[in-house]
Formats: sequence, structure tokens, C-alpha cells
Amino acid sequence: MNDFFTILTASIVAINCALLGVFLLLRKMAMVGDAISHAVLPGIVIAYYFSGEKGSVLLLVGATLSGVLATFVIDLFSRKARVQGDAAIGMTYTLLFAVGMILIATLMQGNADIDQECVLYGDIALVNMDKIIIDDNLYIGPRALYTELVAGLVVFGSIIVGFKGFKLLSFNEDFAKSVGIKTSRWHYYLMGLVALTTVVAFEVVGAVLVVGFLIIPPATAQLVTHKLKAMLVWACVFGVLAVIAGYMAAVYFNVSITGAMVTVSGSVFALVFGIMRLRRSKSAKSVIAAEI
Amino acid sequence: MKQDIHAIEVHNLTVSYDGRPVLWDIDFNLECGKIIGVIGPNGSGKTTSLKAIMGLLKPSSGFVKIFGKSLDEVRDRVAYVPQRESVDWDFPASVLDVVLMGRYRGTNLFRRSNKTDLEIALQSIAKVGLTEFKDRQISQLSGGQQQRVFIARALAQQADLYLMDEPFVGVDAATESAILSLLQEMKNQGKTVLIIHHDLQTVSDYFDYLVLLNTRLIAKGEPHEVLTKENLSNAYGGQLTLLSKIVDLIRQNEFPVREKGVDL
Ligand SMILES: Nc1ncnc2c1ncn2[C@@H]1O[C@H](COP(=O)(O)OP(=O)(O)OP(=O)(O)O)[C@@H](O)[C@H]1O
Ligand SMILES: [Mg+2]
Repeated sequence: MNDFFTILTASIVAINCALLGVFLLLRKMAMVGDAISHAVLPGIVIAYYFSGEKGSVLLLVGATLSGVLATFVIDLFSRKARVQGDAAIGMTYTLLFAVGMILIATLMQGNADIDQECVLYGDIALVNMDKIIIDDNLYIGPRALYTELVAGLVVFGSIIVGFKGFKLLSFNEDFAKSVGIKTSRWHYYLMGLVALTTVVAFEVVGAVLVVGFLIIPPATAQLVTHKLKAMLVWACVFGVLAVIAGYMAAVYFNVSITGAMVTVSGSVFALVFGIMRLRRSKSAKSVIAAEI
Repeated sequence: MKQDIHAIEVHNLTVSYDGRPVLWDIDFNLECGKIIGVIGPNGSGKTTSLKAIMGLLKPSSGFVKIFGKSLDEVRDRVAYVPQRESVDWDFPASVLDVVLMGRYRGTNLFRRSNKTDLEIALQSIAKVGLTEFKDRQISQLSGGQQQRVFIARALAQQADLYLMDEPFVGVDAATESAILSLLQEMKNQGKTVLIIHHDLQTVSDYFDYLVLLNTRLIAKGEPHEVLTKENLSNAYGGQLTLLSKIVDLIRQNEFPVREKGVDL
């Protein structure tokens, strides 16, 4: 049962990340996803310090805001201070992450709940420790599962409702502005969703590997389809596939679960890439053969 | 001239990047129902002026009026065609997907595209001759076909004023004349088209009115007034041999211009 809940929780993380990752990838903002996932740390620590519990709404809001703040600072650096784009990203998130580390070391001294290890790498194996039990004895799954579900509903709902907006923002921002769409609102809303997703995912998969969930499945999906809706579906499929196969591999080889998931994800990408190459060169050859 | 209202009024427009002005004190009025060309050398601020007119860049001073009003009041009557290279054509979308974007508005984003939208999009695709490619992924089109997709998207906007940034780049001669007759047809319906153009040899054939830029406004007016050796050398600098060739060419071409009924 615990296995099932762990896989289910991680699958929802994977789906949330995959859906948003598609738009990050298409907007060439993969590294901004990385930046956000690191920059939420100070928000998490500060909110945790004041609220004293992991699951609080205050923590979610605080951390999400600090993620959005990071994208705001990145924009500021690159637009106003004319720092090169990737340098602006590197500066911002290392700075915010470092502040978070210092805050952990000072505010969280001797606190077992939140430490650097858990922030960086998550603790998927411990997800089941924090159980929700109703009627005194009916176990309905870990708390993280429900947090993820709520976040998942928000992400999924936003993408369904705002599909046209996110599509146009990703394809042609200037044109979107020209027809009167408030692109900066859409931009910060998307960034907020990414921040929310990484915040709720961090205790499951950690701040470092969440990027693997955000970027690898959409990149794999892009190899197999030329349609946006299909790309969203495929990204989810590849994400969940990596979760299930990664979990089994981790149990079998007795290694880090998240590590195994991201490794599998990367391997799937390589495999799909290889297959597509093979198919393409085969069909090219058959065309040439047919012409001869 | 129909009424006193201009399609575009640009007043004392100055636009800077990082405090460095790339457009300086530009001033012009453009009449409705004309095909207007904006010309000038690379980096002369043509794209910038279009973006400023479309409100994509904030001017450091001056203002723009469209149909006598602020852009926000008449946005639905204006269509903008960005430079083709400004987007990633590997984006997962079909020709129809992109043309349908011409039906998007700030106010209808949350509803699905309806039957009317689809019909208008398909008609626009037909007008640029891409019907057989309508379901093709946009990365699998040639450069000229991609350019036509952008034009179809603008047509789908059913605007009264069209602003196009180099719509003829990478387009073959046949397509160029097809697009041009499309624009003529639009003009005959009273629509106004503003085009950034590079090919000086064709300007006097294509346009009713010209704006010649090089950071400053060098000249504006009908082609024969603008295309003088002096104006061109002011705009394009010293390459006089090249310029005098162009002026000669233009002079040779003046006859067909007159024939088309442009009152000189
Ligand atoms: N985002 C930007 N930041 C800084 N400078 C810019 C930016 N965009 C354009 N410029 C500068 O502004 C000037 C005008 O650029 P603009 O793109 O308007 O020229 P253009 O006339 O459209 O040129 P082209 O014929 O090459 O398209 C150029 O000198 C360019 O280097
Ligand atoms: Mg330009």
C-alpha cells in the first residue's frame, strides 16, 4: 500500500511538472524553472519559521511568492541592468538559494523537520510518514498526496481554462500584446504556477531534481509530436512512466528513489531520440530507394 | 481623401534603447486607404517605429494616434505582422492553429474558437494559397510559406489597418505579386496597409506613399518626391554609385507609376 501511495504521489508531481514544463520549454525558459525551484527556498524557510508546520497555507503562499519574486528580479536584471539572460538567472537563484541556506542554518538549528538534505533532494521515502487517518483508523494516504492533488487541480484547471492564452504567450508574445492581451499577467501567472508546483514538490522530490521532472518529459514529448495538446499528453505519459519505472528500479537496486526516477526519465529521452533518428533515416533511405 | 481622420498620426516620436535614441522626433500622418511603405537602411528604426505604433515599446517622448484615437480604443481594427524571424517556427502548431490566433482577443481568450472563427481562418488561408497545407506543422513549411501564414493570420483579424514588418522577405516573385494584389484589393475596400520594405527597386511600383527613415525622418511623401538622390544619400550614406543606379532605375519605372493613376 505504501508503495502505491508513493508512486501515486510522485506521479501527480510528474504530471504537474510536465504540464507546466511544456510551456517553459516552448518559451525557452527551462532554466527559469530551475531558478524558481531554487529560489523558493528562502520563502519556505521563513514561512516555516513563522507557521511552524510543513503543510500550512502560509508556507505555500510565502514560498510561491518568493519564486515569483525571483522571476521578477531576473527580468529586472536582464531588462534594466542589461545583464545577459543566463547570467541574470544564475545570479538570482544562487543568491536566493544561498540566503535560504543561511536561513536554514540560523533559524532552523536543531530542527529535524527541515534540513538541507531534505530541501535539496527531497525525501520521497518519508512521504508516507505523514499520514492522513480519518475515523481514527482508516488510512487514506499520505498528506503529500492531497497537497499534490490540490496543486494538480489548480495547474490542470488553469491550463484547460487558459490554454489559448498560454499558447499565444509561448508562440508570439508581441502579437499577443498587439491584440490586447495582458501578457505580463499571463507570464507571472505561469511563473506563479511553476513556483507553486515546485514548492509542493520540494518535499517529495527536492529542489534539485524537480527540474528533471519539469524539463525532461516535455523535451521527450517534443520528439514524438508536432501538436501542442498531444505534447501535453505525451509529457504526462513520459513523466508517469519515469516515476513507475524509476521506483521499481530504485527498489530493485536499492538506490535513491528520486535519483532513479530522473535517471530513467533521461534514459527514456535518449531511447526515444534514438528511435526517432532510426525511423527518420530508415524512411529517408526508403524514399531514396524508391526513387532509384 | 475621405475624411480628415488619419489612419496613423505620429507626433514627435522619440524611442530609445538604454537611453540611446534610435528614433528621433519622428512626425508623420498617414491617410486611410493607401498602401504605405516605410524604408530605410538596416538599423534605421523601421521595426522600432512599428513596435512603438503598436504600443510594444514605450516612447521616451511623443505619441501615436490611430484613427484619431488611442490604440486601446481601436485595437480590434489593427493587425500587426511581426518580422518572420521573431518567432520560433518549431513551435508545435499547424498552419490553421496559427491563423486561428488571428481571431484571439484580450476579451475572448477564455472561450473556445467557434465556427465563425474557423470559417474566417480557412478563408484567410485560402486567400494566401495555403489551403492544401492547412494541417501541416509550421516547421515543415518553406520560409515564404511561413510568411504567408503570418499574412493569413493578419487577414483573419479582419482589421482596417495592417502593419507588416518585411512581409516580402524570402518570398518568391510569384508569391510577392500574389500578396501585392491581395493588398491592392484590401486597399480598394478602403483598408490601410503599412509595410516595411527593403527592395528600393520596387518601392515606386508598390506604394502610394513613402516614409524614409534613418533614426530621423529623412523624407515623406509620394514616391517620386521621396526617391531623390539627395534623400537617398541622406538616408543610406555615401554609396552614391549604387544610389544613382537606383535613382536611374526609379526614373525608368516612373512611367508605369503614372499609368496606375497615381496623381503626380
Ligand atoms: N532590443 C533592443 N535593444 C537595444 N537596441 C536595439 C534593440 N532592438 C533594436 N535595437 C537597435 O535599434 C536600432 C533600430 O533597430 P530596428 O530593429 O528598428 O531597425 P530596422 O530599421 O528594423 O532594421 P532592419 O532593416 O535590420 O530590420 C538598431 O541600431 C538596433 O541595433
Ligand atoms: Mg526590422
